[in-house]
Amino acid sequence: MNIIVSIKQVPDLVEELEIAASGKELNREWLKYKINEFDDHALEEALCLKETLGATVTVIALDGEDIDKVLFTAAAKEADKLVKVTGVGDNPSSHEAAKALAGVISGMPCDLILTGVQAADDRDGQLGVLLAHYLGVPHVSVVTGVSVAGNTATVHKEYGGGVIAEFEVSLPAVLGIQAARQTPRYVPVARVRQAMRAATIDEVGGNTGGVSAGTSISRMFKPESGAGAQMLEGAPADIAAKIVGIIREKGIKV
Amino acid sequence: MNIIVIAEHFKNSIEDITFEMLGKGKELAGATGGQLIAVLLGNDAKALADNLRAAARIVYCDSPHFAEFNPEAYGKALAAIVPGLSPGMILVANTSAGMDLAAGLSVDLGIPLVAYANAITAGSATSQLYGGKVNVESALAAGPVIIAVLPGSFAADAGKGGGAPAVEAVAAPDFSSLKTRFNKRMEPESGDVDITQQDVLVSVGRGIQNEENLAIVQALADKLGGALASSRPIVDNKWLPKTRQVGKSGLKVKPKVYLAVGISGAPEHWEGMKDAECIIAINVDPKAPIFGFAHYGTTADLFDVVPAITAAI
Ligand SMILES: Cc1cc2nc3c(=O)[nH]c(=O)nc-3n(C[C@H](O)[C@H](O)[C@H](O)COP(=O)(O)OP(=O)(O)OC[C@H]3O[C@@H](n4cnc5c(N)ncnc54)[C@H](O)[C@@H]3O)c2cc1C
Repeated sequence: MNIIVSIKQVPDLVEELEIAASGKELNREWLKYKINEFDDHALEEALCLKETLGATVTVIALDGEDIDKVLFTAAAKEADKLVKVTGVGDNPSSHEAAKALAGVISGMPCDLILTGVQAADDRDGQLGVLLAHYLGVPHVSVVTGVSVAGNTATVHKEYGGGVIAEFEVSLPAVLGIQAARQTPRYVPVARVRQAMRAATIDEVGGNTGGVSAGTSISRMFKPESGAGAQMLEGAPADIAAKIVGIIREKGIKV
Repeated sequence: MNIIVIAEHFKNSIEDITFEMLGKGKELAGATGGQLIAVLLGNDAKALADNLRAAARIVYCDSPHFAEFNPEAYGKALAAIVPGLSPGMILVANTSAGMDLAAGLSVDLGIPLVAYANAITAGSATSQLYGGKVNVESALAAGPVIIAVLPGSFAADAGKGGGAPAVEAVAAPDFSSLKTRFNKRMEPESGDVDITQQDVLVSVGRGIQNEENLAIVQALADKLGGALASSRPIVDNKWLPKTRQVGKSGLKVKPKVYLAVGISGAPEHWEGMKDAECIIAINVDPKAPIFGFAHYGTTADLFDVVPAITAAI
């Protein structure tokens, strides 16, 4: 079985995000990036499938900030092949990214394509669904369970309230992974360095085929802080006393 | 401009997000001199159509393939139905099901998509991105556009009731070659506590760092006579059962007091706790989105302040 995992980097949300002077983009100079956490789950699920069923796992990403390191990290986790798609430009829209990836993936042996259900900057939609439609294959998003038998994947899609629907999908198919069956594995830096020496990244030219998001960003802004919380200050004990006071005010008898 | 609302329903009942979209759609259709059209796919769709009377026109499609949501069948039908409605704006829910539809429709019909929208005008849509830390407004060009709407963005009441719209049936497309088949639906196992019935919830997020530290928040929940709830990553890590998860893919809760401990306040979390009477957030990041909708907050370290609250009771 050939599994392709599409991954990308997104700004680390723990860091402060600054809006550039233009007001239409993030100030990227000091941005810290990390792998989209749902892509990390997609990779983990692919590696688990490889361990249980046997598979070749190919990790594909568009060229971009620090992407080699992210790909080598995947190799250190036992991904078999690494592909970097070049020539797409910086910060492509989801449509452009999906179209370019579809062009490359359509020339690769492939049964299952896994990617994160969404990413923090998906303004024009989720990559997996777009990719599936450009490739003309079925898709299921918000997936929390995958098993494969023959030419069919049985997948669990999650709705609100923890309700799950089970689908059978003929392969090849794209799955938007919400959560892998286990917490994504961690590899020590030494193993990543080792992978950097041992693994190779195939570079393939990509083409967005003229697609675009079709809308333009007119403004970026932080959510209104005026509507925000009343902040409690002081030493932990003072803050605690205030919180207990608020809880009692709400009629909770403690 | 005609506003098309793709109605979402689950277990034979119209979801609130549909009413939110109908309410907003009515306003937009009124402002632009267009028609509000609801599109409903279902197994016995006509029976549900009566709920959508806020629309001026209801187009429904019946098929056994719609008895349960199926990304492929629903997508195929919408791609066939929507172009005939002279759409200006197509509103789809940014939900688990809607996520499988909006982007596909965008490719199939060659129409732009703006996702995660929490504000819409005739010429713009604002997406809540970066985990709720930044809003991004898109300028809409002339021509049809698909907007995926975040639940909880608009008033549902504005989309209820209504008049006597024209109701039309359309035939389902050929589904003989579907590659996606629905098997079954599984309900979550009921847990030891029902977090939807609590007056006080101490809800814990990734800031707690590890499973052992849960004892700190559990002690506070016990002292308050409440229950422990959590954000999604805590459940994904299997530190707490699914029945404790609050949010889009978890439970919707409305306690008197919701103490959010080490939770950033991502839009998917907000969806589940926005109706809590009093939200108190403990988070070291002053820019955390949770402070945008909590009533009270502190940037003190949870490992200092949570034990201090427990001690103060
Ligand atoms: C389709 C879909 C459905 C989803 N459904 C849900 C859902 O139902 N529920 C849900 O919660 N999420 C859901 N998510 C995930 C959501 O997008 C976020 O990833 C998640 O809510 C983040 O959880 P968190 O706040 O615990 O973690 P983080 O975002 O990592 O936040 C941790 C916070 O802890 C703070 N912190 C760290 N250390 C300390 C300290 N010592 N003291 C105080 N604060 C500290 C940090 O400043 C940070 O803000 C869903 C995502 C998708 C794509």
